[in-house]
Amino acid sequence: MELGGIATYGVFLVTLAGVYAVMTLGLNLQWGFTGQFNIGVAGFFAVGAYTSALLTSPANDAYVGGFALAFPVGLAGAVAASALIALVIGWVTMRLRTDYLAIATIGIAEIIRLVLKNEEWLTNGVRGIPGIPRPLAGFVGDNPLAYMLLVLAILALVFFLAERARTSPWGRVLRAIRENESAAMAAGKDIARFRLEAFVVGSAIMGAGGSLYAHFLGFISPEAFDPLHGTFLVWVMLIAGGSGNNLGAVVGAIVIWALWSGTEILTGMLPPEYVTQAGALRVLLIGLLLQVILVARPEGLLPEPKPKGRTRDPEG
Amino acid sequence: MWTELLQLTIYGIVLGSVLTLGAIGVSMIFGILRFAHFAHGDLMTLGAYFGLFAVGLGLPVWAALGVAMAGTALVAVVIDQTLYRRLRRTQPVILLISSFGMALAIRSVVQLVWGPNNQVYKQGIQLPHRIGDIVVKPDHLWIVGGAVTLVVAMHLFLSRTRMGKAMRAMADNMDLALITGIPAERVIVWTWVIGGSLAAAAGVFLGLDTRLHPVMGWSVLLPVFAAAILGGIGKPYGAIAGGMAIGIAMEVSTMVVAPAYKPAVAFAIMVLMLIIRPQGLFGGRS
Repeated sequence: MELGGIATYGVFLVTLAGVYAVMTLGLNLQWGFTGQFNIGVAGFFAVGAYTSALLTSPANDAYVGGFALAFPVGLAGAVAASALIALVIGWVTMRLRTDYLAIATIGIAEIIRLVLKNEEWLTNGVRGIPGIPRPLAGFVGDNPLAYMLLVLAILALVFFLAERARTSPWGRVLRAIRENESAAMAAGKDIARFRLEAFVVGSAIMGAGGSLYAHFLGFISPEAFDPLHGTFLVWVMLIAGGSGNNLGAVVGAIVIWALWSGTEILTGMLPPEYVTQAGALRVLLIGLLLQVILVARPEGLLPEPKPKGRTRDPEG
Repeated sequence: MWTELLQLTIYGIVLGSVLTLGAIGVSMIFGILRFAHFAHGDLMTLGAYFGLFAVGLGLPVWAALGVAMAGTALVAVVIDQTLYRRLRRTQPVILLISSFGMALAIRSVVQLVWGPNNQVYKQGIQLPHRIGDIVVKPDHLWIVGGAVTLVVAMHLFLSRTRMGKAMRAMADNMDLALITGIPAERVIVWTWVIGGSLAAAAGVFLGLDTRLHPVMGWSVLLPVFAAAILGGIGKPYGAIAGGMAIGIAMEVSTMVVAPAYKPAVAFAIMVLMLIIRPQGLFGGRS
């Protein structure tokens, strides 16, 4: 049993690391490439998860969902719904400083959380949505290992597309906007449009991450989408891994997820009366870790690759 | 109907007093350090719990308020000098990330020290004042009176003292201020002293009005930002008008929408403002 238990736990950890890596890649597109400060990752994560859950879960009388559609439909719906919300928020904030985007995104994340909690007809409120089907169950049975492979395959696909985006002319424009907005504007680029595109695509990827999360756990409730788990961990992952570097984003997601899970094992050894306090201690440790990284190694584990070709950078 | 409106407006002024004190700090920090301070809500929480500590020692609430303000100002300065100062040479947005992490760290410390449950400054029911059908709790009078006193004190500081003038100069035009020989680091320290102590007062008042909880400050962070933006971010005087407008709008909105969506009302006003007039009512920065 011991060995089997460890293997099950291993599959659990790798799957969730994969989900977080997908979301970190989405944030990398926004922050790493374009310099957009999205602090509402949890909101897009939740929209993706709930959209997918409502489209695919079995029929019921309590709330609006239960269309029992296939997983790809749920995933596509998750991507579309988060892209739509990002489009609205982006349209309002793209012309403003990124601080306003930060405030607007944290606002939208909070409101999404309020809606999830209070609109029972839509989301079943705090009771959450059970019975979200695991895809591939028709072919291989309810096998966590198969789902892990599916998540990793989707992660590989997102990674491939993100790398293509980075090296494409589109990605170069995004980085140009990040480095020097006026110069990019002088070169005739429509800054607001490029920013909006990056923001919408990045948020859509986060929505996909939410969908993968929902289908893995099979049950979601508003609790899972608080700013701590949804937003903060993804940010620490990106900063630790190296913003602007896709591989760094994936590595950061794995390392921070391993650390986060490791502290859970450690605090799990404490007596039960300290359980809530142990959670606070873990958050404190991760919060301090972020500060140490920002001060000591702001470029992260894998720094962003320097652009190829001749550069006339006087400092380097 | 009119009674209810008047009653909700009174609640709105009480909430607006809390939001104003928070928004002044956010606005000043943005004006001088150029970043949105996401740990401000949790500084409010910390201040409220410092107050609880002082009340536990047997001090009356007004004295506990002083303890909370001094303690939180000190914490804010220490955070700035040990952490934010090192990050100031990079882009301001790095400070924003750092402050987001600091928000969670402060909240965790509060939860570790004081526990995760609701707490109150004093037990028992207060006898409310009744004017016709309107109900006013004595605490409400203390909160509004305290906020007015602090705002007047801040006004005198900003308009009469050298440091206050230097602070406004730095917020208006950083380069010009530095050329005239204003000691930037000292101004920054004072910004945190004022921002931190006003945040603590906001936290104590919020705790007095409702109850103390580790996420109390975080839950009003969005309205505080909305107030700062409405008044024109970087403008401490605008924050007063913004705080009152947001506070009253949030309470009065409960006549129409579910009370759970009060933060959403603040957010909607903020988004509307960003679309129509991003520089705020009184022309801050866009």
